[in-house]
Parts: sequence; C-alpha cells; structure tokens
Amino acid sequence: MKIGLALRELHRAEKNLVRDLLKVSDRHKAEHEIHHVARDLAGWSERHVRDLAEAGRRYDLDLGTSVPTSGPLGTIREKASELTRGLAQPGLLLLADLRRLHRSAAGVSLDWELLAQGAQAVKDADLLALAQQCHPQTLRQMKWSNSMLKILSPQVLAS
Amino acid sequence: MGHRDGVRDRWGTRTPYGPGDPWPVRVDMRLADGLTEADVDEWVPSAAVLHSNGDGLDIAVRGGRVVGVRGRGDDRVNRGRLDPKDLFGWQANSAPDRLTTPLVRVDGELVEASWEEAMDRVVAHSKRLLDDQGPSAIGFCTSGQLFAEEYYTLAAIARGGLGTNHLDGNTRLCTATAAAALKESFGCDGQPGSYTDVDHADVIALFGHNVAETQAVLWTRVLDRLAGPRPPKLLCVDPRTTPVAEAATLHLAPIPGTNLALMNGLLHEVIANGWIDEDYIGQSTVGFDELKEMVADYPPDRVAEICGVPEDQLREAARLLGTAERLTSTVLQGFYQSHQATAAAVQVNNLHLVRGMLGKPGCGVLQMNGQPTAENTRECGADGDLTGFRNWANDSHVAELAEVWNVEPTQIPHYGPPTHLMQMLRYAENGTLRLLWVSATNPAVSLPDLPRIRSILSQERLFLVVQDAFLTETAALADVVLPAALWGEKTGTFTNADRTVHFSGKAVDPPGAARSDLDIFLDYARRMDFRDKDGNPFPQWHDAESAFQAWQQASAGRPCDYTGLSYAKLRTSGGIQWPCNEEHPDGTERLYADGKFFADPDYCESYGRDLVTGATMEPVEYKAMNPDGKAMIKAAEYLPPHECPDERFPFSLITGRTIYHFHTRTKTGRVPQLNDAEPEVWVEIAAEDAKRGGIEDGAVTAITTPRGTIHARARVTAIREGVLFLPFHYGYWDTADPAGRDGGRAANELTPTDWDPVSKQPLFKTAAASIAAADVEPPVHRPVGSDTEVLEDLEPRGASR
Repeated sequence: MKIGLALRELHRAEKNLVRDLLKVSDRHKAEHEIHHVARDLAGWSERHVRDLAEAGRRYDLDLGTSVPTSGPLGTIREKASELTRGLAQPGLLLLADLRRLHRSAAGVSLDWELLAQGAQAVKDADLLALAQQCHPQTLRQMKWSNSMLKILSPQVLAS
Repeated sequence: MGHRDGVRDRWGTRTPYGPGDPWPVRVDMRLADGLTEADVDEWVPSAAVLHSNGDGLDIAVRGGRVVGVRGRGDDRVNRGRLDPKDLFGWQANSAPDRLTTPLVRVDGELVEASWEEAMDRVVAHSKRLLDDQGPSAIGFCTSGQLFAEEYYTLAAIARGGLGTNHLDGNTRLCTATAAAALKESFGCDGQPGSYTDVDHADVIALFGHNVAETQAVLWTRVLDRLAGPRPPKLLCVDPRTTPVAEAATLHLAPIPGTNLALMNGLLHEVIANGWIDEDYIGQSTVGFDELKEMVADYPPDRVAEICGVPEDQLREAARLLGTAERLTSTVLQGFYQSHQATAAAVQVNNLHLVRGMLGKPGCGVLQMNGQPTAENTRECGADGDLTGFRNWANDSHVAELAEVWNVEPTQIPHYGPPTHLMQMLRYAENGTLRLLWVSATNPAVSLPDLPRIRSILSQERLFLVVQDAFLTETAALADVVLPAALWGEKTGTFTNADRTVHFSGKAVDPPGAARSDLDIFLDYARRMDFRDKDGNPFPQWHDAESAFQAWQQASAGRPCDYTGLSYAKLRTSGGIQWPCNEEHPDGTERLYADGKFFADPDYCESYGRDLVTGATMEPVEYKAMNPDGKAMIKAAEYLPPHECPDERFPFSLITGRTIYHFHTRTKTGRVPQLNDAEPEVWVEIAAEDAKRGGIEDGAVTAITTPRGTIHARARVTAIREGVLFLPFHYGYWDTADPAGRDGGRAANELTPTDWDPVSKQPLFKTAAASIAAADVEPPVHRPVGSDTEVLEDLEPRGASR
C-alpha cells in the first residue's frame, strides 16, 4: 500500500504552499489585497498540514505539525515592498509570483485528487472525508490566484 | 407646520401609528430668520442630499436666493419630515468661500483661470496620456452626491469615450457592500424592501445601522411605530450604545470584526429551532444545505466566545428573528465597513431567505446606502459595474450597452471587473495611473490611512483634477480645480436607498462661473472630440433632460427600469420607486414579491465571487450552480480580523457619523447651527477603560495606531469596553493647515489600508489603537463665517516634497 507515500507528498506540498503564500504576502505588502488574502489562505493550508499529520499517524508516519512562518526574511521582504511601492516594476514580479502560486496550488490539488482516489480504494472513510473537506479549499486557492492574475495583469501589461 | 429646531429636537414630535396604518403627515420647515411662507417667491421640488434617506422637500427661493426648505407632505419617503442637516444645510450654498472660478496650478500655487484655460490643460494632459500609455493612465473618482444624469454621462465618457476601466465613486466607502451582498444573494443589485416595511413589521433588526443618526427621518418613522399601538420589537447589533440601542428590545454589542461569526451563530439557532420556511427554500433558493452545514460549526457557546456576546443574548436574539411574523432588517456601515463585510451582509439576506420573508409588507431586507445618490452610481455604472446593472463578464450585455451608446463593444473595457477606488489609488501610487479626476468628493479626508493618501495625491507625476463647490483638502492638492454647481443650482434626478426616484429642480443660478457637473463632463467630451460609430459627437445628449432620456433608454428592460418616468411625472409626484415602466407605471414597492429573481444566468448582473477570497466566479460555474435563476444562499466561514488589538494597541478603533454632519463637513461645517452642534472631533471610550487609563470626560487624549496619532477630547459613554469610536467627518479645511499636511485631526489618519475582498469596501472598523491622556492644547478650528481668504493659506504644492 502506498497511501503513506501520497500522504507524505501532499504534506510536503501543502507546507510548500504555506511558504509560497506567505512569501507572496510579504513580497507584495504594498498590494494590500494580495498581502491580506494570501495570509488568510495560508491559514487554510496550515490547517491542512496539521490534519494530514494527524491522518499520517494511522499510517505510522511522523509528518510533524510544524508549519513554515515568514521568519526574519519576511520582514525584509515586507520592507522592500514598502520601499518600492512607488515603482511600477514590482507589478511584473507580482504576476510571476501569482503564476507560480497558481501552479503550486494546482500541484496540491492533484495530490488531494490522488489521496482521495487511494482512500476510496483502501476504503479509508476518514481519509476520504478529510480530502473532501480540504480539497475544495485548495481549488479556491487556485481560483484566487487565477482571478487576481486576470484582474491585475491588464494594468501591468498596458503601462 | 413646525418651524423646527432640529439641533436640540433631533427627531421632532411623535405622530404615533399602528401596524398597517399610513404614517401620518408632519411637515417640517425652516426659513431664513424673519421670513414666513408668504415671503417665498417660488418653491422648487427636490429631495434631501445630506444622507441616503431621500426625503422629499421643496426649496424656498426669494430674490434669486435659496432661503429655506419645507418637507413635502405628499412624499412617500418622509411624509413632510426633515432631517436636522436638511433644515439648516441649504445655507451652505451661499457660503462666502464657494469656488466661483476655475483654478490652475502655476509655480506651485493655485491661481484663478478661465474655463478655457483650465479645460485646455485637462484636455491636453488627457491626450498626451492617451498617446503615451492609453486609457489605463486615466481614472475617475466620483461621488455619492451627483445626479443620475451626471453619473450616466461620466460612465459613458469614461467607458465609451476614453475606454478606461478606471471609474468608481467614493460610494465604494459607503454602499459597495450593499451592492455586493445583493448581487451575491439575488444575482443582481436592487433593494428588495421598502421603507414602508417599517409600517408593517413586528420585528425590526438593525445590523450595524445607527439609523437614528444616519437616516434621521426613517428613525422618526420607527419612533412613531414604537409610540403607537402594537409596536414592533427592535434588535440592535452595534458595539456602541447608540440611540437605536437605547430604544431596542435587545442590544447585542459584538467585538468589532466578528459580525460573520455572530450571523452564523444566529442562523445556527434559527435553523436548529426549525424557524424556517422549507417550501420557500425549496422553491426559490439554492444553497441551503451548504449554509446548514456551515452554521453547524457555530453553536452559541463558540459564537459567544468569538463575539464576546453572552450566550443567552444570542439565543434571545435568534428567537426574536426566528419567531417574527413580519421581519424587516436593515444593514449599514457597522457591517459594510467591517471585516468580512459582504459575507456578513449576505447572512442577513440568508436570514430572510430561510424564513421566506421577502417581498411582502413588513418582510423586507434594506441593504442601506450612506450617501444621497449612491444608488445612482450603482445603476448608471459609475461605481464598479456596467451601466444598467449589466454584467461585465457577459459579452451580450456589453454588446447591448455598446449598441445603446453606438460605439464598438471593444471600446468598453470588460476584460475584468471595473477597477475599484482603492485599486485606482494603488495604480496612482505605483505611477501607472497618471490622471485622476475627482468629482464632488474628498478622498484626502475620507479614505483610510491619510498619510499615504496625501503622499499619493500630491505626487508631481499625478495630474489631479478636482471638481467641487469648495476648496476641499483634496482640491488643495489639485493641478486643476473646476468650480461646480450645488444641489438647487442645477436640474436632475436621484434615487434613494429604497429605489425612490426624485426630481430636483434648479432653484437658483450657481455663483460666479461655477457650472453643473453635467455641463463640465459634456464640455470635456466635446473638447476631447469623442465620436460614436456614425461620427456624431459622443455622448449624443446635451443637457439634463436629454441625458435623462438617454439613461432611460439604457435602463430599458433592466431591473432598474426608468422608462415609465419623466421629468414632468416626477416633478409632481411624491417619489416613485423603480422599476417603473409600462407594466408598472406607478413604480414597484417591493422586489421579489413572487419569489422570482433577476438571477437568470443570461440576465444577472454578476456571476458572483468567493465570499472569502473574492475570486470572481466563471459563467459556467454560475450556470451549474444556479441554472434556474433562484436566490442564492451562500455560506462563509469566520476568519479573525487582520489587525487585532494587542499589548501595544489594546483597543479596537471604529469610526462613524454624527447626525449633524455629512461626509467631510464640506457643507455641514459651513452651516453655523450644524457646526456649533458638533464643532470638533471627539473620541468615545467606555467608563471602565477611561478609569483604567486615567482619562476624564472632556479631557484631551492622544489616539494612536501604527499609522499615526490624532488628538480628541474624550467622551465617556456606554460603548463596549475595549472599543474606541471616532467620528470621521473632521478634516482640515477649517484649520490653519487647510490641506492637512500635518495631520492630527482626521480619524482616517489612523485607519488601515484593508478592504473586503468581495465588495472592495475599505474597512474603517477594525483598527487596533491605543489611547492616553495628552497634555496638549485641544485642536482649534476657525469659526464658520469668518472671512478668511482660503487661497492665501495654501502652501505651494512642492513644499512638502
């Protein structure tokens, strides 16, 4: 049975997504909506990480419940964003970051897909329920990055 | 008829009435000292413009001057009554410091100029930017005080003429969440209820709505019901002990920023007790199961903990709402300007949907507005939507609008939602928006985080055009100032929060060279030489009445249908509610009476947004979710606010209004009676907090947040402990620092830059703050009527850079 493998991979991917969301939030502090909503959405992935760690125990996995934080680099990123708030150039960086974020969330989404399939195959109802609870939030994270990219890109590209 | 002292007697004498009875007439009047009705040459029909209630009134004219006002006894909104602001506010029209000539900036100073010179500058700059960058360099920030004709014209010029996506109103601050919540629940904007629901209700619930001060005449209606037989019960949700809270059957005072948790908790109880209309839910809605599942996580004990509201009060409130036979709910800034604004306001809609209480007398939702003509910015497409509640994401709607305007569909930007005000400011900050045209509003006082706003507006690279009747704090930063006519000096129509349309006549000429906003916009269009597809000048209209007719045509077949109205009909009516067309020649009192909505995928104004992330939904998602165009019950989880009190900033700071002032006091601060009633900013603090902090009633304090510090005298009140309240009206034009470069007085020096991801309404009610007694002189303002030459006080614009 390779459920443990899928759990481990998803746990790693969700941790990465937390890191990516916080990084986008810090790097674009001057983009207020991005800054705030990215942190709210990191909260979803933080919970997913803890829930996955909990589920991992039943498969003899010690995945750990610790989640990434912004750390000292976060403060530097925030400062840099505030210092460059009068410049147009960070706009392109924002588009690149949102694009990366979207792909990272898409990876997590696929991993939830795989986990849900596996859970059904081994008839682990709890694990399936977890996937059904968390996966929609991943899809919303994806839609958000897509939506912000769509809304913010015209001004960046036209100016 | 009363010659009412509206300052001491804020709501006037009671005229009690019972459920289902018509509200008795009580005509309020105020004329200049020494005059009687017999001295008045002419009465010109209009309505109130210092709040959103839309009270019908007549303007008294004598010798070519406005000399007073009288409420219209035949008006459906106010039945003759007037708000204190309206009793006195007309005097602002003849304030000595009205702008009477255009101003342009020369060598850092604003100097008088001709219209020719001023408009040439604006046009030359516009053309340069169009060549250099295209329409994305130009943005418009309009108001909640213009007329429908003016917004419609501005929308046509911005979207059809220039082709910019950057047009919004300062209605973003007051009514964006009302529009967003209605779109989320009903697929389209449009107030479901009517003020007459107050006449029938047995329970009235006010969610973050201090109606006693924001819509004084509507509160009079409630007071008259309370004084009559079989009065309604009132539920008040507000962290302050407002006059509404004092009159309420039950007052819940949640911790600021927790409204969504509170609403989820109330819905939990309503559903758990079976106080729901399953037939209505089945026939007219989608999404109930998701709501039921969501609110299952919000039992009273958890909600009590989050919101700081006792469990028994939560249960009692739910019982009031759940057992009401005719429930009327109203919502305003306590929800709209707080954390998770749209998600919380949508839960009020949900309450009515699960209870099947919509479209019947006494069963109304009133998602309110803050400003008198906010509704028109929404309808006409000047507030982040396309004209006539059209859907930017629906190509056939865009094509329809292009046909009305006779322009190419590609000319109208629809690659994304229209840019909201806060985003426009961000574009100005990063230098990609280079011309901002502000009409009849004052962002240098009304927007959050004023040090940031001032730094954006005073950039050399931003060409700032300000169109106003007075030299506001924003105008003081402008490159070109255009003097505008006020209410009573121009003709037009406007619509209140319950869809009532009023005609407003021109009573007197504007002073000096001031022009109506409509004339200014049209002048710009002609100088820019915008043309339609046939090569005719665009917009194709030329004055107020032809603009109204064009707007009627644009509204045809849409929910806000004006085709059954005319100036002649409105002039003699006591207000008519849209839709008004062939089918409904007398207007429509309540929407959704038949359980049918404007939510069909092909007809709806919006495909909706994610209530937490704000992401826009795709057309296919909407069609799958709501193929039959029913009302949508949408659920959302509570998230903690983004700025919570901590050790350094232990208080929650909220801002709000007083009954005596409107917006940034541009008019009310120039009226002696209103100015004297509340001349200076104050801060409200709970008795226990004041005691702990050694703050005495009346003492000067310093209030600080991460953005800055202001000084205000303390008022020790019954506000919730841990909460501070500041009125947001007070800026700088009446101080020695008229552009406010040094800050120190306006509440918005302290508020954060954060907005609801769904409605994009800035949050003014979730800042963390500290307060301490301050050993400084209290702020000093100049008395009204002093003959100070305002222009002299302006520093050269470069001085602060």
